[in-house]
Amino acid sequence: MDMPPVSRQILNNRPAVLAALAAVLPEGGLISDPTELRVYECDGLSAYRCPPMAVTLPRTTAEVAAVLQTCHRLGVPVVPRGAGTSLAGGALPTADCVLLGVARLTRVIEINTADRFIHVETGRTNLSVTAAVEAEGFFYAPDPSSQLACAIAGNIAMNSGGAHCLKYGVTTNNLLGVRMVLMDGTTLTLGGPFSDAGGLDLLGLICGSEGQLAVVTEAWLRILPKPEGARPVLMGFDSNEGAGACVADIIKAGVLPVAIEFMDRPAILACEAFAHAGYPDCAALLIIEVEGSDTEIDDQLARIRAIAAGHHPVAYRESTSAEETARIWLGRKSAFGAMGQLGDYMCLDGTIPVSALPLVLRRISEMSADYGLRVANVFHAGDGNMHPLILYDANKPGDLERCEAFGAAILTLCVEVGGCLTGEHGVGVEKRDLMSVQFSPADLESQMRVKDVFDPGWLLNPAKVFPLAASAGRRAG
Amino acid sequence: MRPGTETELAEMIRAASGPLSLRGGGTRGPLSVGAALDLTGLTGIRLYEPGALTLVAGAGTPLDQVQATLAAEGQRLAFEPPDLRALLGRQGQSTLGGVAAANASGPRRVQSGAARDHLIGLRLVDGHGTAIKSGGRVMKNVTGLDLVKLMAGAHGTLGVLSEVAFKLLPAPQSVASLCLHGQSLAQAVDDMSRALGSPYEITGAAHLPDTRETHLRIEGFETSVAYRTQRLTALFAGQGAEISISADPGALWRSVRDVTPLAGVAGDLWRLSVQPSTAPALLARMPEGATTLLDWGGGLIWARVPPGTDLRALLGPIRGHATLLQGAPGLPVFPPAPPGVAALTAALRAKFDPRALFNRGIMG
Repeated sequence: MDMPPVSRQILNNRPAVLAALAAVLPEGGLISDPTELRVYECDGLSAYRCPPMAVTLPRTTAEVAAVLQTCHRLGVPVVPRGAGTSLAGGALPTADCVLLGVARLTRVIEINTADRFIHVETGRTNLSVTAAVEAEGFFYAPDPSSQLACAIAGNIAMNSGGAHCLKYGVTTNNLLGVRMVLMDGTTLTLGGPFSDAGGLDLLGLICGSEGQLAVVTEAWLRILPKPEGARPVLMGFDSNEGAGACVADIIKAGVLPVAIEFMDRPAILACEAFAHAGYPDCAALLIIEVEGSDTEIDDQLARIRAIAAGHHPVAYRESTSAEETARIWLGRKSAFGAMGQLGDYMCLDGTIPVSALPLVLRRISEMSADYGLRVANVFHAGDGNMHPLILYDANKPGDLERCEAFGAAILTLCVEVGGCLTGEHGVGVEKRDLMSVQFSPADLESQMRVKDVFDPGWLLNPAKVFPLAASAGRRAG
Repeated sequence: MRPGTETELAEMIRAASGPLSLRGGGTRGPLSVGAALDLTGLTGIRLYEPGALTLVAGAGTPLDQVQATLAAEGQRLAFEPPDLRALLGRQGQSTLGGVAAANASGPRRVQSGAARDHLIGLRLVDGHGTAIKSGGRVMKNVTGLDLVKLMAGAHGTLGVLSEVAFKLLPAPQSVASLCLHGQSLAQAVDDMSRALGSPYEITGAAHLPDTRETHLRIEGFETSVAYRTQRLTALFAGQGAEISISADPGALWRSVRDVTPLAGVAGDLWRLSVQPSTAPALLARMPEGATTLLDWGGGLIWARVPPGTDLRALLGPIRGHATLLQGAPGLPVFPPAPPGVAALTAALRAKFDPRALFNRGIMG
């Protein structure tokens, strides 16, 4: 993966940049010690590392604005960072950047259960937002698997989803407003605790913009009443086609489960060996969860059972207890850990139309043989969001490159069948140069014009999202 | 001008020498000055996959045609686009692109989200005459900047939509509606909030001040609707409310969706989006002779008020925004944005439409 050459001029100006930042930040808000900077050298895409020139950890929106204004004045690029859990390298620093972490912005500003919103600072973790409203019977719906660690700022930047977004949507569907700072230090509020924008939907544009347009410091989030209960059913099939057809029929029948998770044989075997969840040995496995009162759950599961029967499942197990529910989810939730036991892995998140599932899985399995790398698939089947996990050996020369080439081939396939490069992880640096597979030069130009409006100097998180060749003229200017 | 293809549309835009007034069916949006650009020729359902809950269609495709096609498969556009023809005194056939451009959402917005939440992809021609796409036909997509959301509700001020893709949902097997009678505004907003804060997945919460009725809609499988109706009745029976239940509330919710009680009533027409709990205070300040309807649990207020009344001034410190759908010239239709946001809006418009061709004068 290429990154643009480091600016000597900025590096030479480091003492002045540090002094200017120190002047606008309180004690402890600026990190410049090389050892301490290493903590911030990568995010969840740990194959790539580079310590930044400095790290700033502001505590307030005003301090965020001061950092941005200072860097803007001195022409220094800024890389924003939530909790650093990005799997796409969204928070990967460059040697000539100032990293701006929002981790100290953690206040809950307002909770209003009558109007069903919470107003928080964005350094707060996803799970702690739910924790703040749980006692009153509410929750925050988007639930990325990193929810214990990931910050709302990053969720907004990547428009994060999760296993339950089939029913509840992704971040953009649960975001009511933001307070944010532009690269030049201008602080703006978009939306608030009410519905829809009065003018252009700039809020919708900010969500998922990967720190290209602004640094979001506060958010108004929609909270929802907790369902009365939830129960999963596990079913096994002797073919991917059978499982895929079953999913389509369930959706067509009008049942809307809260989650439909799919695992293929390599994933089942890896998870079973790791977690001993009691999964059947079969070609494809579905975990389907429905919500409601006991009566409602019984009713929905009866419908699902009848539909599944038409597809001749080789295993079928409805949970009858909390323990069984935990066991059914155990394997799926430990999928990443299980793969980690087998070696280094790369996790993709291309999204495809659900109807293309059997074709795409067959092609991935053929490519796995061609590239000589093993791959396992876990999949949010209801919404077509795939998670192929490609195994490689980081210590073996050339293996990472081969893995990346395989990954690129899978994502290209996703686009060819009508899907997209990324459903919930974001483009970052990882998929940056594949953007031209999905978008025409005109499409990319129109997106870059939007960045021109918010960040005319291209100082905010540059060298991400857009192919380097496409953004070269702008970044140089 | 009536292009039949996106290519023709792009040619017409490149050749345009003055302002263009974009028209779908002309049933809901404000109409600008300029040569009419009739988009009803960009028609046809290009893809419909019931098992994937997705539909792609030309922007000029009639909404009625789309809804009939979906109904045949037991599916629907869950955001419930309103039909405002009677309210606004318009004729014509609503188009799918018009629904997207106006982010037109009905009562179910409280449960299922707005049009913008269901719009998953689009194609458009910008003011340079260039065709571009954003999003796609899959439900989860964070690839690149989300121009789909930017275009939803932009009323054609940034580009002309040529194709739109929507996420669909199954239509419910059963519907019921609870009516709480004799309610004060404060009680109504309070009760709607309790219902929306319950686990019973209320898909509509509206209050009609004239009849003092509050309506709560429940949709789903029969078992579920029966259970939830019973639980909600128990919840409100405790406070001594007079409750009636309708098992066939289609007409009632169409009238809420289409704001029928305010159709044919004289006066300026406003639409306000606010924090629900602030609605009673706001309505208390309404001028004498105002007719109102509350939807979205009190978060959406429709009001007919004496001509010239400025409801934006009435909002004061209450957070939200007000749109003037019908009124004497003078006040802007759309709420003026604060300076920083207005600057971004103007700059975006200049990027997408440098010759200021599209819907000049609309949205600032």
